Amino acid sequence: MSLLAAAGPLEPAARSFLSPTGVEIVFLLVGVAVLGAALVTVTTRQLVHAALWLVVALGGLAVEFLLLTAEFIAWVQVLIYLGSVVVLVLFGLMLTKAPIGRSPDADSGNRWAALAVGLATAGTLVTLVVDAFRTSWIDLGAGAGSAKATGEYLFRHWVLPFEALSVLLLAALVGAIVLSRRDDEGKKPRPRPGKLRAGKPVGTSSGKES
Amino acid sequence: MHLAYPAVLAALLFAIGVYGVLARRNTVLVLMSVELMLNAVNLNLVAFDVWLRDALHGGQALTLFTITLAAAEIGLGLAIVLLVFRTRRTADIDRLTALGDPAEDGPAEDDETSDATSAEAVA
Repeated sequence: MSLLAAAGPLEPAARSFLSPTGVEIVFLLVGVAVLGAALVTVTTRQLVHAALWLVVALGGLAVEFLLLTAEFIAWVQVLIYLGSVVVLVLFGLMLTKAPIGRSPDADSGNRWAALAVGLATAGTLVTLVVDAFRTSWIDLGAGAGSAKATGEYLFRHWVLPFEALSVLLLAALVGAIVLSRRDDEGKKPRPRPGKLRAGKPVGTSSGKES
Repeated sequence: MHLAYPAVLAALLFAIGVYGVLARRNTVLVLMSVELMLNAVNLNLVAFDVWLRDALHGGQALTLFTITLAAAEIGLGLAIVLLVFRTRRTADIDRLTALGDPAEDGPAEDDETSDATSAEAVA
């Protein structure tokens, strides 16, 4: 027992970057795919292709969540991001009459300043993070993010924020409907259903309107 | 798993999102870059939740809340973009300079070109 306790602190030193586990290798490969897809998303000149590469990046992130044993969040990611957000973005591209094919003015004039800021952000954050968490290891155990565990902590400890968030989502959707409604539809007088039943011969115009 | 892997991936993804927000001209593409940045934050939250393993699972709960907020944000953002496109006939961010400083020369030229393009679009 004392031998085990003595060997315990030595065990983390045995883990290093040079002997990655299988999970780490898969995480690295999927991470490279995610980064490549994200780079294509922000640099491509074909607007619809950018949305489709965003699907690849977000789907790869769902796989990363699965590798980090957060199963429920991975499936929520697939449902909400891949299912609704990307579809909304595609609808937004179509409704703003985005050109199909290459558009040469996809990037604005401050592209090089943006590149400098992005590189500075990447350098600072990666240096900081690597320096801070060089010796930290995650013990991946099964079941920490399953649907059962998620439901337990969400509805035991986080009920009030959950309900407040549902009210916020409702307000946001009502606001989106109000914003995207055309004004001329609101001003048009609606045909009252009582008039149609009042013996008036059904005209072509009222029939079309109703 | 080494904690540096998800942390570095999230940092790089966030930097790519920053570049996209600053460099893109179409508003919908800017919103897509904002989604990339939000996902980088989500990855950080999940990784640190798995690392810390607190009883409340604050990281995963906050990730779910962030995903919901991102859905609300993209709905409202696209509604605003559609409204702007309907009134100004353009969805390019650097042409929307109606609230810009008129003292400088650059924004005034931009405003003229935007008026010209909107006139062309109407005609």
